[in-house]
Amino acid sequence: MREHKGIKLALIFTMYGYIILFLLVPLLFIFTKALEQGVAVYLAAILDEEARSAIRLTLLVTAITVPLNTLFGISAAWAITKFDFKGKQLLLSLIELPFAVSPVIAGLMFILFFSPSGVLGTVITDFGLRIIFSVPGIVLATMFVTLPFVARELIPVMEAQGRAEEEAAISLGANGFQMFKRVTLPAIKWGLLYGVILCSARAVGEFGAVSIVSGRIRGMTNTMPLHIEILYNEYQFAAAFAVASLMSLLAVITLFIKVWIEHRTHTSTR
Amino acid sequence: MKKNILPGFGITMGITTLYVSLFVLVPISLLLIKTASLSLDEFITIVTNERVMHAYKVSLTTAFIAAFLNAIFGLLLAWVLVRYRFPGRRIIDGLIDLPFALPTAVAGMTLAALYGPEGWFGQFFQKLGIPIAYTSSGIVIALMFIGLPFVVRMVQPVLENLPKETEEAATSLGASRFQTFHKVIFPEIVPALLAGFSLALARGLGEYGSVVFIAGNMPMKTEVAPLLIMSKLEQFDYAGATAIGVVMLLLSFTFLIIINILQKWHRKHELR
Repeated sequence: MREHKGIKLALIFTMYGYIILFLLVPLLFIFTKALEQGVAVYLAAILDEEARSAIRLTLLVTAITVPLNTLFGISAAWAITKFDFKGKQLLLSLIELPFAVSPVIAGLMFILFFSPSGVLGTVITDFGLRIIFSVPGIVLATMFVTLPFVARELIPVMEAQGRAEEEAAISLGANGFQMFKRVTLPAIKWGLLYGVILCSARAVGEFGAVSIVSGRIRGMTNTMPLHIEILYNEYQFAAAFAVASLMSLLAVITLFIKVWIEHRTHTSTR
Repeated sequence: MKKNILPGFGITMGITTLYVSLFVLVPISLLLIKTASLSLDEFITIVTNERVMHAYKVSLTTAFIAAFLNAIFGLLLAWVLVRYRFPGRRIIDGLIDLPFALPTAVAGMTLAALYGPEGWFGQFFQKLGIPIAYTSSGIVIALMFIGLPFVVRMVQPVLENLPKETEEAATSLGASRFQTFHKVIFPEIVPALLAGFSLALARGLGEYGSVVFIAGNMPMKTEVAPLLIMSKLEQFDYAGATAIGVVMLLLSFTFLIIINILQKWHRKHELR
């Protein structure tokens, strides 16, 4: 009752062709371009002062954003999957909302708040704070864009886990932290790890929202994606692709960890 | 109903509500309030300006075409990955998520260089007389790349969980393979296919990073709406940017709601 052999082969070859042309070649292209002018140019591009400051800023933003979004993700998933309350569906839609909003609009919203003519503009200038065209603005925009990732990965996992095991732990006298550490965490760890990885990948790579609130001050508010845009627009292609290759390497590692996690959860459920 | 003895509802719900209000509800409301401060006439003048209308048109058509092509190829990829065994299956399954993991600016830059007149693919298309980079075809290519995983990841689990028995029953009752697919399998995957399509569409409408590099960004030709918002902001025209942004937001929400209704309707139809 299988398909005709010919159809099966045709479908498999179409898939190979599509994957090679659309995913594999672009990925190889990045590394080829990056090394086109030799290792010296590659290293110079990565070790350049502005590149290093961009890398530092990107790491800083990721280090603030991801833990906060993880805390939120765990809280939201706990409240949503372990309790019944009115408006759950609405809350779920609100958590997913940042996926439907263009990153450019996300950036715009924070401009409307914090720019000198914005709603909180006068308050902020009075206190001598800078949010827009500064690091806090970049962090806020990144937090909005990456908000759903951890919650989204955890909710189905916790839903499937049910409530019985945790209820047993509590009725046997465990406190909240013991229950979370011994019962909840072991069950959700892979989903949690995957959510954190996806969240980090997006935090590192966010471009549209960050590019609006950053002001692109070189050496100050330039993140890695903004840095490669500047290099590209200055026709420094080898340098642009060198920095891009670092981010692509991170993306490839992300995919490997994902495949590994999937393999683990697959074998452990069997 | 028995009493829920699990701890932590207050604090987790508190954190969740606070976070969602601060980061989602308040900013979006502000966007709407800011728009309301424009008079209706001003609003209409901004959003029906010729250049703005063109940008909407470019965004809508390219996002639609890309989401449609993604639905077709996504279904094919999901089918092959679930149903067949072939060399490199695990690696390819992992690679599908590359567009989610790769920063959009990197994707945009790479595609622009690949499909540019001197790029590996661009040269070939140039000889055929079909330029890709800096045309709307380029935008479609970028959106196809970005949206590739949505349909695959939506359809894949549904295909995996499809009970073998129904298919076997159809075949043993004399249905051809095509009939089985058309009448038995396809109706089961329609909701997932629609969900993937709508996610790809919403993403495509708002996409910026991967598009700016390859689009060429010519006003009235290849300028997408998010880019127009960007250039309004660069001129400190916050009211203009907001008005265009709100229209975009409403468009995405409308599509998501329509798709949601279609899915519900489909499920009801199926249950009968």
